[in-house]
Amino acid sequence: MPRVLLIEDHQTVRDGLQLALTRQGHTVDAVATGEQGLVRVHEGASDVVVLDLMLPGIDGFEVCRRIRALGDLPIIMLTARNDDMDVVAGLEAGADDYVVKPVQPRVLEARIRAVLRRTGGETRRAGGAPAGVEQHGALTIDRAALVVGKGGMPVGLAPTELRLLLELSRTPGRVLSRQQLLEAVWEHGYLGDSRLVDACVQRLRAKIEDDSSAPVFVQTVRGFGYRFGPL
Amino acid sequence: MKRWRWAVGRASGLRVRLLLAFTLLGLTTTAVVASGSYFQARRVILQQAQDAAVVSLTDQLSKVYPLRRLPPTQDELDSMAAILSDRDSSVVLHYHGMRTRGSQLPEPFTPELREVVRGGKVAWQRVSLKGQPVLLIGTQLMIDEPDGTSRPSGLEVYAVHSLIPEKQSIDQLATLAWMTGGLSLGLAVLLALLAAAGVLRPVRELGRAAHRLGQGDLRTRLVVRGTDELADVARTFNNTAQTLERQVGELRRMESDARRFVADVSHELRTPLAAMTAVTDVLDEEADGLPGDAGRAARLVSQETQNLVRLVDDLIEVSRFDSGTARLALDDVDVAAAVTATLRVRGWADQVRAELPPDVMARLDPRRLDVIVANLVGNAFRHGAVPVSLRLHAEPDWFTIEVTDQGPGLEPEVLPHVFERFYKADTARTRSEGSGLGLAVAWENARLHRYAGQPGSLVAGNAPAGGAVFRLRLPRVADPAGDGGVR
Repeated sequence: MPRVLLIEDHQTVRDGLQLALTRQGHTVDAVATGEQGLVRVHEGASDVVVLDLMLPGIDGFEVCRRIRALGDLPIIMLTARNDDMDVVAGLEAGADDYVVKPVQPRVLEARIRAVLRRTGGETRRAGGAPAGVEQHGALTIDRAALVVGKGGMPVGLAPTELRLLLELSRTPGRVLSRQQLLEAVWEHGYLGDSRLVDACVQRLRAKIEDDSSAPVFVQTVRGFGYRFGPL
Repeated sequence: MKRWRWAVGRASGLRVRLLLAFTLLGLTTTAVVASGSYFQARRVILQQAQDAAVVSLTDQLSKVYPLRRLPPTQDELDSMAAILSDRDSSVVLHYHGMRTRGSQLPEPFTPELREVVRGGKVAWQRVSLKGQPVLLIGTQLMIDEPDGTSRPSGLEVYAVHSLIPEKQSIDQLATLAWMTGGLSLGLAVLLALLAAAGVLRPVRELGRAAHRLGQGDLRTRLVVRGTDELADVARTFNNTAQTLERQVGELRRMESDARRFVADVSHELRTPLAAMTAVTDVLDEEADGLPGDAGRAARLVSQETQNLVRLVDDLIEVSRFDSGTARLALDDVDVAAAVTATLRVRGWADQVRAELPPDVMARLDPRRLDVIVANLVGNAFRHGAVPVSLRLHAEPDWFTIEVTDQGPGLEPEVLPHVFERFYKADTARTRSEGSGLGLAVAWENARLHRYAGQPGSLVAGNAPAGGAVFRLRLPRVADPAGDGGVR
């Protein structure tokens, strides 16, 4: 039973979403402010955070950054404005996905399921992933244990970043389009926001590349997408 | 043609006209004054020369007077001629057929002149002799009778008096007149240019300012100099520009206020709609279990909530176009795949005859392409008749998508308004079928994609065989949306 932490200041929206998500089978912990939300995160009783960006007190971006600093708890942003700046800033702050208000409960539910699948508990591709540890230059990827290391040191990746790296490194040298990655990692149907991929690639590069302005592992192929290597 | 007209325009320009007027005035004045004084002076000089010559001849005659006897001998005649001749005149004497000898002078004296002289009168005439101006004077010596009367002696004296000194004076006079004329003409031209510059500078400034105003620079003002008519014009111009600036500013403020209001209202509506949307599923699921009216009411609220969400989404989209904040999120897509996905997601894949050639790659905003195609196909289903067909056609830099239905087509009076907001071609159409903004949003989305300064387009028309045709044209590689807004 996934435990959802809902941080939303508007009471009716909070109540409505809580009602809908509860009916979908989630345990919903609904709070009105970022401060309260962070307390709940510290208590460690949540599997996923649904976070409104426009909050009184510390805003959603800051909450997002603080949660990310604590660990790899998945975050889905809830933005009242489909404002490009908000979306980009939220993704840079470390959000895994976003939905635009007003959101259909079914859509939010699907996103929650998808992001939870990324957190490692479930292995989606049964048999698809080769067992054992792969070595790509200085990078070590353990597909079974879902651990990534670089130069012998473990690298802390958020679930979405890890899934993206696993997806790309499964076929080294092959170019994957943003659309393909959105479907494989985010499980978005057609018309996912390709900025999700771009933002996640930026975060991933910051963690595994020596110089993220001259990436070696995750390379951009202009006009097509991204590929892993060649090293 | 254009150059020619330009030249004519310049030739009849203010500067040329002023210059011509001043020059003409200068020329006329100079010609009248110079020629008047020239002819007057010439007349006076010649008259004086003539009078002096006649007086001088008469004086000389007194030296040979009285005659000793008549008829004179040939020698007497010659010596008399020698006495009477001087530097400026040579004299010939006639006496009844006898004539001074050794005279190199031709005989310029006309029979008429000689007739007058024979009659006892003094006669004179100005003629040109071998190219030189001369004065011919003729007279007859008179014999005084003892009774105090006098009678003609028959001795005719003819003098040829050179007018070269006078001619030189007159020539000098003419040169002077020409020079004066030329000088005053130059002065007139100079004055004309100065006057033209004085008048033309403010006129040109006015022209430039009016041009800038026309270009939309409403802060344009003129510097008012002096108190003449041109200053009045400049002042009027400034007042007009000021009024215009104020009114346009007011209109713009009102317009932006109205737009911001629409944007604010749309955003404000989103919060209650978010709460309502969250529970529509609950309503839908429970509606069947609710008794009669309550169930119908629940379904109605759920349905209209979804419509309201769509309307507000479109309103926000439109207000973003209006404020110029709409941006493209470009991605590389296979157009055929994108269109197929749009149709599949909405369950239209089996109802649309799609001709989609493969491998048409384009760099565009996939969400906006989806919005456009969904609006066009949805519109065809609502207002046209099946089958709806969709055809993709690729050019080197652009591609087109044509959506055709088999309905009655669009009325000619409807065509220009199809893309207007909330335009209802069919008054019987109900609001619930669409937000009324769909085609307007599609149109703006098409225009947001630009290539080489040219926007994408969406046009409506009718197929030759009947049925409405919507033709979308988008660039293969859209410019990164720097400027964003279309308006």
